[in-house]
Amino acid sequence: MTQPSPSFLKAVFAIARKDLAAEFRSRELLSAMLVFSMLVILIFNFALELDVKVRQSVTAGVLWTTFAFAGTLGLNRSMAVEKDRGCMDGLLLAPVDRSAIFFGKAVSNLAFMLLVEAIVVPLYAMLYNETRIFQWEFIGVLLLGSIGYIAVGTLLSAMSVQTRTRDVLLPILLFPVAVPVLLASVKASGGIVAGLPLEEILTPLNLLIVYDVVFLAVSYMVFDFVVEE
Amino acid sequence: MQQKPIFLTILDVLSIIGLGVATYFALVYAPTEAVMGNVQRVFYFHVGTAWVALVGFVLAAVSGILYLVTKDMKWDRFELAAVEVSTMFFFITIVLGSIWARPAWNTWWTWDPRLTTAAVTELIYIAYFMLRAGIEDPEKRARFGAVYTLLGGISAPITFMVIRLFRTIHPVVIGNASAAAQGGFDMTPNMLTAMFIALGAFTIIFIDLMWHRIRIGALEEKVEHLKLKVSM
Repeated sequence: MTQPSPSFLKAVFAIARKDLAAEFRSRELLSAMLVFSMLVILIFNFALELDVKVRQSVTAGVLWTTFAFAGTLGLNRSMAVEKDRGCMDGLLLAPVDRSAIFFGKAVSNLAFMLLVEAIVVPLYAMLYNETRIFQWEFIGVLLLGSIGYIAVGTLLSAMSVQTRTRDVLLPILLFPVAVPVLLASVKASGGIVAGLPLEEILTPLNLLIVYDVVFLAVSYMVFDFVVEE
Repeated sequence: MQQKPIFLTILDVLSIIGLGVATYFALVYAPTEAVMGNVQRVFYFHVGTAWVALVGFVLAAVSGILYLVTKDMKWDRFELAAVEVSTMFFFITIVLGSIWARPAWNTWWTWDPRLTTAAVTELIYIAYFMLRAGIEDPEKRARFGAVYTLLGGISAPITFMVIRLFRTIHPVVIGNASAAAQGGFDMTPNMLTAMFIALGAFTIIFIDLMWHRIRIGALEEKVEHLKLKVSM
């Protein structure tokens, strides 16, 4: 184990940059996640009949469900790519701390998820004339929720990709463990959209931060056991 | 083949006697609750099974950590036994709770923090079995299982805290109840006796089942080894 040193950070960003560069050349993953997100919102539109009154209470829920589903697509794909072409073995052979691989993958997964959110949120706002989601607090909750979701998602996708059932298994493993982060995010962002004072959303916000810190730390500690051969 | 340990046989007998005694205390000895009537008697087994299930989940998380530290397969067998037995007991807890909730809350199910946490916890451990089923290499299966029980063990309490932000109607019989709780009651000394007897009986049954499951796990492993030897 090494202390977080300049070379550790360099390794993290090298892995993240590799993923981002590959993605910006092919744009396979981002386009899939985006189209999928739009389709989920379309289905919600008719399933819930998103008229003005309903929208008041379900905006946060619809957005978070969409991001959770699109997130699993991205997580599955980003690990499957490493596994299929044998890149994972190459990464593991690299003379860097293995947790650098975890953080590198987490950074690129987070970047994809945030990019999707950055496109879907304005689109949602435009489609439903919902300008209340353009608030700093709302964006903060999006960021905190995505960090927690991606932290545990990156770890679990590294596990599920090594099993027989692969892609099918990830949501089954991820959703029950990620329930707290999704519910706290829905509660907090719902409160912001409804215009509640900051004190009232402080509890879910604190729980989100607790979840993020705890699961980043735990994932960092156990990632070694997941990739070891 | 190893002989079945004599103490395990004694424990088997004790479990059966304990279950009988606990049933007697819950159904006959304990007084009928004034408001809810006889359905309240479900409570004794509800608490008994919930208690051993939660102890089992904690044991599973601890043995998961011990496996990751020591890499000794005996901790994997212990973890699997704990998760299997506890998942079953927790399912019984949920079913018994539903039977009680129908007359007490006028619904089989409600998305109360405790109920939701129970459902999510049960789903986590079902996912655990699916994860294990998808991996052939026993060593890798043990590692992934340990990591997942650890994640589940941490996430369940946070789930509970988050859902508590919504609301609760689950009564808290021991300790302070929230003002919104419905179906709470004060226990008479006789009720307390019946509850502790149920707790004791289910603890014995739990230990007995755990022991059996660990023993089966060890035998399974032996059979695997022998099969490998024969096929070579």
